[in-house]
Amino acid sequence: MAAEHKHPNYMAIFYLLAVLTVGEIAVVFLPHYIGISKFAVGVFLCAFAIVKAALVAMYFMHLKFEARTLGLIALTPLTIATLLVFVILPDASFVDHKTANVKPAAEEPAKH
Amino acid sequence: MSAATPHAAVERAETPLTPESWGKLGMWIFLAGDAVGFGTLLASYGGMRATSADWPNPYAVLGINLTAAMTFLLICSSVTMVKALEWLGRGDRAKAKMFLFFTALGGAIFVGCQAYEWTHLIERGLHINGNPWGAALFGTSFFIVTGFHGLHVTGGVIYLLAMIGVVSRRPDPAASYNAVEIAGLYWHFVDLVWIMVFTFMYLL
Repeated sequence: MAAEHKHPNYMAIFYLLAVLTVGEIAVVFLPHYIGISKFAVGVFLCAFAIVKAALVAMYFMHLKFEARTLGLIALTPLTIATLLVFVILPDASFVDHKTANVKPAAEEPAKH
Repeated sequence: MSAATPHAAVERAETPLTPESWGKLGMWIFLAGDAVGFGTLLASYGGMRATSADWPNPYAVLGINLTAAMTFLLICSSVTMVKALEWLGRGDRAKAKMFLFFTALGGAIFVGCQAYEWTHLIERGLHINGNPWGAALFGTSFFIVTGFHGLHVTGGVIYLLAMIGVVSRRPDPAASYNAVEIAGLYWHFVDLVWIMVFTFMYLL
């Protein structure tokens, strides 16, 4: 049974995951050394996390070698979670709800 | 017997998705459902954080040295998991059981580190409904998400130890190959979820 499986090079995947993890931690500290925005760091981190998760799913969980429909089943939760982000995020634009816009207003009269 | 025979015939029919076994399809469907749970938790975490202006800086409050080591440990335990399955495929039950044990040990150390981390953070004032650094929801989401994941690791350790028993009881290595492969799916999923949790809750 095992011989029928195409075995990926597990150690290569492991080294790749380890390097990506070190890369992630390095990116977190980048703004201290070079002029890189927090937004750019966030984009990098999300990309790193997605690549790492995909490596685990495709090779360790053998998704790459399974039927395509199984991959679609595995992608469904990611789709739902992504949609949920877009459902929740519009609330972030209601700046009046932000506690920060309440606090400075209370502090400002004292400063002036 | 006559009632059991058609049932047995149904059991033997293969699924086009996972021709090896129904169990594998069952695990994938369970994991997809479980992933919806984690996905919902992480998406709502993102929403709460985006709408809060006094969200504490996670890597300053939580510290990432220990968690980076824990992340590395889980990745290592995924490797010992594939090694266990590889040895079982080659017919070496003793080596397979040894690597299953290493995998369970990695998980147990992970949960131990998490218990240490929680204790440390609680002593510093991080609680489920408040903390000294800012938004109360920071603590709420931290404990719920890492706690939910920690329970999965704990369950996985028990699952893996049970698999050592399964391999021990079945003299033919091929007889337990499928069961161990399915356990591996669960374990790699727990690793995958931690990759997400580590990035979104500690690093971002």
